[in-house]
Amino acid sequence: MSKAIRIRKGSDIRLVGVADKKLDIAKPSPVFAIKPPDFHSLTPKLVARDGDRVKAGDTLFFDKYNEPVKFNSPVSGVVEEVVRGAKRRILEVRIKADDHTEYKDFGVKDPAGMSADDLKSHLMAGGMWPFFIQRPFNVIANPQGKPKAIFVSGFDSSPLAPDEAFVMEHIKDDFKVGIHALKVLSEGKPVHLGVRQGSSCYNDVEGVTRHEVSGPHPAGNVGVQIHHIDPINRGEVVWTIKPQDIANIGRFLRTGKFDLQRIVALVGSEVNQPQYYRVTVGTHLAPMTAGKLKDDDKRFISGNPLTGASIEEDGFLGYYDHQLSVLPEGNKPKFFLTEGWLSPGLNNKTFSLSKAYPTWLLGKRRYDLDTNANGEERAFVVTGQYEKVFPFDIYPVQLVKSIIVNDIDSMEKLGIYEVAPEDFALCEYSCTSKINVQQIVRDGLDTIMEEFK
Amino acid sequence: MKALHNFLENKVKPNFTEGGKLERFWVVYDALETFAFTPGHATSKGTHIRDSIDLKRTMFLVILAMVPALLFGMWNVGHHYYLSLGEVSSADPLTAMMLDKFLIGLEKTLPLIVVSYGVGLGIEFIFAGIRKHSINEGFLVSGMLIPLIMPVDVPLWMVAVATAFAVIIGKEVFGGTGMNILNVALTARAFLFFAYPKQMAGDIWIHGSTTAAQGSLADGYTGATALGNLANTVGKPLDAEGVGVVMSQFDAGGLYSLQNAFFGLIPGCIGETSALAVLLGAGILIWTGIGSWRIMLSFLIGGLAMGAIFNAFGANAYMTLPPVHQVVLGGFMFGMVFMATDPVTAAQTNMGKIIYGFFGGFFSIMIRVFNPAYPEGVMLAILFMNVMAPMIDHYVIQANVKRRMKRASNLQPATA
Repeated sequence: MSKAIRIRKGSDIRLVGVADKKLDIAKPSPVFAIKPPDFHSLTPKLVARDGDRVKAGDTLFFDKYNEPVKFNSPVSGVVEEVVRGAKRRILEVRIKADDHTEYKDFGVKDPAGMSADDLKSHLMAGGMWPFFIQRPFNVIANPQGKPKAIFVSGFDSSPLAPDEAFVMEHIKDDFKVGIHALKVLSEGKPVHLGVRQGSSCYNDVEGVTRHEVSGPHPAGNVGVQIHHIDPINRGEVVWTIKPQDIANIGRFLRTGKFDLQRIVALVGSEVNQPQYYRVTVGTHLAPMTAGKLKDDDKRFISGNPLTGASIEEDGFLGYYDHQLSVLPEGNKPKFFLTEGWLSPGLNNKTFSLSKAYPTWLLGKRRYDLDTNANGEERAFVVTGQYEKVFPFDIYPVQLVKSIIVNDIDSMEKLGIYEVAPEDFALCEYSCTSKINVQQIVRDGLDTIMEEFK
Repeated sequence: MKALHNFLENKVKPNFTEGGKLERFWVVYDALETFAFTPGHATSKGTHIRDSIDLKRTMFLVILAMVPALLFGMWNVGHHYYLSLGEVSSADPLTAMMLDKFLIGLEKTLPLIVVSYGVGLGIEFIFAGIRKHSINEGFLVSGMLIPLIMPVDVPLWMVAVATAFAVIIGKEVFGGTGMNILNVALTARAFLFFAYPKQMAGDIWIHGSTTAAQGSLADGYTGATALGNLANTVGKPLDAEGVGVVMSQFDAGGLYSLQNAFFGLIPGCIGETSALAVLLGAGILIWTGIGSWRIMLSFLIGGLAMGAIFNAFGANAYMTLPPVHQVVLGGFMFGMVFMATDPVTAAQTNMGKIIYGFFGGFFSIMIRVFNPAYPEGVMLAILFMNVMAPMIDHYVIQANVKRRMKRASNLQPATA
């Protein structure tokens, strides 16, 4: 069964620096890091100590409040350092990698012959559980939860995102095994797969309910697809997972090894030859970026420019990210007539979703945007802006306001269970008053999550 | 530009930062610096790239949209000044004494603008200093709107008092820009209307008509606005004495004919008379997406609808005026384009905007016809709808909430 979904609201932000369809295996990274802050609201309990020897698949830390959920080392080597921040919060667990990776053996399994509970505990022991993200709250799924469906967005519509057809060519077999596992886990409930309209790269995937999705970003956001396929009501839970992680699960079952790979697009206007790399999760950036960047002030973003996390030049790729974006840092003032607030806006450094700039008249071209906020934070004045890029039957401004005033009852009524911060990324992008909408939504979700504890 | 920025950064700025000798004027410096240079603030949270739009550009475009009305208004002030003196007649080509007319208008209008901005921005700077935040650009628009909705001969001290009242009571007590319930410029106008009814009802619509020129007015030139004249017909039968004289002015060739009213060759507040100039502004606002076309369109439809209903009854001469003629008179168009669309005080949901606009237009015409004491119905109608806007939004949002609740209650118990 397939259902066509047409998204009308939203916008594609076309940036310079799309990855060429060329895949290299990145040089092995000497150091890897798993970063607990990548897992929102997780309280990690360390197992590994400085100087411990680990194999790929040995547990580094687990969820203090949900012990079976393990976070394993992606490589074999020595735990080099546990980096801590304020209040001794663990920021990174760094592992110095061996030349040859030794894998812990979890045993080859065929999901078809397993019960849901057996498969679940196998995946948790193997460190695969963190790939399941639940809605509401957009956090690692509670393994005891009973989802009404599992949702997979087969494509990413955010700026400079990797091309799913190209990535799938390399991981298709593992992906199919992973889908079988999802079928078992869903215990008869549907597994929905959102496919870009006209794309044939998932045509041979069986066992899923396919939905053709068309339209601009955020059409590829799983939240948008959930909303149009089977929206979440109060008390319901759905699980989501990304295609590359399904492939990782498939590989884990097929080989018995904790071999977390990721095909990453190195993109952005500061990259000389944007292309794809195959890396192991937790990699240092240098093996991908060394010698390939321009010589400006740069912003390194693990993820896409709308929702990604800012990282240091010698930092590590985020756990879930399949994109490393490098953009020019916008820390220089802009004179108001030439590039600032009164500029004609005809060059490719000015991109606006508002018609107050001529972007909408200039046709399809690619833009070279920097990270300047292009204005200061102001009181909320302009209305109707968020609604244009928010394809939900939800009032975004009112929901955001209910969060600001901490009105839990209104948040529920206005639909907070259906959304994640990433769904508001375009609202935040287009906001005239430069309000940090995604952070507000995250805070709102955290507030409600507190209530449920 | 780099040199200028370095000069500001190294030589000027230190005087205004903490410990500098002009520390208390930091807000002023900050406003001017951020005017000249969009600051080099890089994003720190959330999206790494941001839209180029900001509040400065938004507000600037609104002011730009008011320029046609402002320029025409200046000319029109001079036009009626010379008409009232009999130095030009309505038969002369409009280009006659073009520059003289414009200069008279400039001489009268500029002080109003200076007073409005001076008082308003002064108060804004003080509040920004107390609250320790930077200046919001909102008043740049209000400060231009206030002179445009003033009669030309209004005393400057009244403008100053009204502006101060509007900014302090209308806006700052609610928390400043973005928090106010009533449109700031209309609050200023309403304040004058109710606090100084005598002065506001006098012959202040034509420059000079209250003072020296009083005795030397050209024959037949009354200096009253169209709406003031029309208000006199209310409560009288259609064939009463004097009604015919008034209504004849609205026929083709009369002072308030449809053509004159549309082009704006009638007495009235400085910026409101020309429907054409206002519609040019509307074009800019809609083209740039800054003004809500939903509000403007439904406001217009609301006004036409009420006009048509009055036509159907036709109980007095005012009611017989064609709807199209109704909406080009007085401040209807100006209110529709620049006042009703104020995003802070209007309804915020798209559906709410349509309802809000419709009733705004509907009540504008209703008030001006039903209550001759308030000839300028549009001001009161918009202020009333400002107050109603949150309620309209509330019901629009409740419909959405109910839809969601219904979806949840249709669930099978097993999945709940």
